Amino acid sequence: MPNRVAIVGIGQTRHQNTRLDVTLPEMINEAVRAALADAELSLKDIEAVFTSSMETFEGIYLPDHGGAAEIGTYMKPGFKVGTGGTSGASVVVEGFSMVSGGLYDLALVIGFEKQDCGETTAAITAAATPIWGKGAVTGAIGEFAKQALSYLETSGAKEEHAAMVRLKADRGACLNEYSHLKLGLKSIDEVLQSGYLVWPLRMLDFCPQSSGACALIFAEEKKAKKISKKPVWIADVEVVHQEPFRAGTFGDPTGKETYTQHVACERLYKRNGITKPMKDIDMAELYEPSNWEEMSLYEHFHFCEKNEGWKLVEQGVTEIEGAFPVNPSGGVIATNPIGATPTIRVAEAALQIRGDAGGHQVPKDIKTALATALGGPNWTVLTLLKRSL
Amino acid sequence: MTERVGICAVAQTKYSPEREDAYEGELAYEAIKQVLEETGLTLSDVDSAVSCSQDFWDGRTISNMNIQPFVGAHLSHEDKVAEDGLNAVYCGMAQVLSGHQEIVLVVAHMKESMAEKSLIENAAFDPITMRQLGMDFLSAAALQAKRYMYKYGITAEQCAKVAVKNRGNGMNNPFAQEPMEIRVEDVLNSKLLASPIRKLDAKPVSDGACAMILAPAKRARKITKKPVWILGASNCYEAHYLGDRDLADCAALTQAARKAYSMAGIRNPLREIDVAEISEEFTYQELLWTEGLGFCDRGEGGKLVDSGKTRMGGKLPVNPSGGLLSGNPNGVAGMARVAEAVLQLRGQAGKRQVPGAKIALAHGVTGICGQHQAVMILGKK
Repeated sequence: MPNRVAIVGIGQTRHQNTRLDVTLPEMINEAVRAALADAELSLKDIEAVFTSSMETFEGIYLPDHGGAAEIGTYMKPGFKVGTGGTSGASVVVEGFSMVSGGLYDLALVIGFEKQDCGETTAAITAAATPIWGKGAVTGAIGEFAKQALSYLETSGAKEEHAAMVRLKADRGACLNEYSHLKLGLKSIDEVLQSGYLVWPLRMLDFCPQSSGACALIFAEEKKAKKISKKPVWIADVEVVHQEPFRAGTFGDPTGKETYTQHVACERLYKRNGITKPMKDIDMAELYEPSNWEEMSLYEHFHFCEKNEGWKLVEQGVTEIEGAFPVNPSGGVIATNPIGATPTIRVAEAALQIRGDAGGHQVPKDIKTALATALGGPNWTVLTLLKRSL
Repeated sequence: MTERVGICAVAQTKYSPEREDAYEGELAYEAIKQVLEETGLTLSDVDSAVSCSQDFWDGRTISNMNIQPFVGAHLSHEDKVAEDGLNAVYCGMAQVLSGHQEIVLVVAHMKESMAEKSLIENAAFDPITMRQLGMDFLSAAALQAKRYMYKYGITAEQCAKVAVKNRGNGMNNPFAQEPMEIRVEDVLNSKLLASPIRKLDAKPVSDGACAMILAPAKRARKITKKPVWILGASNCYEAHYLGDRDLADCAALTQAARKAYSMAGIRNPLREIDVAEISEEFTYQELLWTEGLGFCDRGEGGKLVDSGKTRMGGKLPVNPSGGLLSGNPNGVAGMARVAEAVLQLRGQAGKRQVPGAKIALAHGVTGICGQHQAVMILGKK
């Protein structure tokens, strides 16, 4: 029988564009200290450390090796994973496997990215195979402009709906002490007046480049119950990757593509007896690089029917005080330290279950939460969290 | 470990200085195809793939992206470990132990020929305090070699013996890139790269791939008549700054080995282990790593190679495959050590077979002067 695994410690840095005051290991150290303090543990208690980042985004080879003392890896086992945007969730999956497989009872899982010392878009444009792919890859902005266009043309959504998603995110971000962009946006017009990055994607429709780290402490059942009064259980995880260059990587003009989100959530829901996601799950922290993608993700994860994501926005269902809050933290559109971004989704969902999210705690009682990750050529990693198993 | 994880099949490409005919996915598939054929599995039987590569060496971000079709990651589970390949096997092992995956395909691929080695390695040094010194892993290794040789009186001849032994062993390995019949003098007269390391003391630039299939005990026995079991595994990080470490020591390796030995129930490694495949990027490292692994006492690595115990036919043959010195790409190297250990335990190592091998050790290393060390113990039973 695999061990049950709970999150018993959560910590993150304040996320911002540049952190010239700290080195990468020093920045990671802030999140590690916060997670240890949250769990009331010391580094001595931690048996293994697993990390994630996209090293080309910070221009440091083997970034997990630098400053072992600061990161907490000194004389401890562990390794780093890297799977693009999903990295911070892949490391959650590996940490979960290690503890549930009985190799460690107490593991530290860290996602980090210091984008102020690298050049992320240059790195992403170099992602495709040099022989035939380079010209086809435009970086994240181009991909999500395609997605926005496809959604705009097929779903019935208007630019105003995308702007409403941004306003919702910003309200959350302003209440979240760790979030990067706190814009204090007041009206739809403010979003619609921001310039186009790539039509129809506007400046305020898209995520920023952030630097920050997020650390989680995983414990097996017995230890978890001893350490924490409010352990948050990892009920299940699901990873779905696919080949690059499929027709509908992010937006699907053919309407015939299978989305990794569909496959992933259908597998996860089936294994966990979730038949009506909006009822069986209480809230979600989604990896939405853009407000347009957030509306698509509602549909992909079966929160609503196809082409109805924007209606949930119109009805306020996914607002912080709505029936199904999505990204009360402000989400990725406010904060995106890439290697940490999916780890933050898991952290924020866990804080909501504990009731410890502070200013952006949702008013309704959260027992079950979904954290998602998106990366590469639209890969999906899901983490299902519960207050009790 | 309550459950045993079995390795059902292993495969390697022939290692080559430059595989300009294949891109990384094609290279990886050369090895993957063989493990699928041997086990009768198809890519759709694979529940999870764990790949191993480095974005910096690949020259592109998300270095696992373009291999997705080749590992069967069509709407299925794939993860990439960005450390030496032995850690990818370790990661796959945890996935099986967790009960969430059954058939795990583990694959490492690397084309060192595509990249500028010293530029990449320089990017691993702390960007504020150390990068500007212009160091790479070779110049750092030269410091480590000097310190180690000075502290324990290890001689250049003793280091050279490792090159003679391993490159000679490579003559028996059809996958080896640079097998050579050489003498100690040849090593000592080869070009100086960074004192005291000479050309024949260092591993060559190499391209290649390695793949294997892992499964829980029951499935493994169904898939193959000759499963090899992972009896113990661990890894460990050391300090990053060279000044924070005694480079004549390898504390992380000692720690990783201690944990792996305790999982496998090994008390006297020299007596109980029949064959060891260890990652020596440079000759001095084999001597130092054999100390860290407890095959001999501190500072005795030189005497161990003098004694002939680590030769073919010796008490504990080290690197019958020819090791990294005979040509293995970094990243693939540690997984190739596991693959070689598996071949030994299955009695399929051909001319490099250690007769009757029952317990084997594989070792992998990542980073500056062996900052990250990984050890795996494998057995027939």
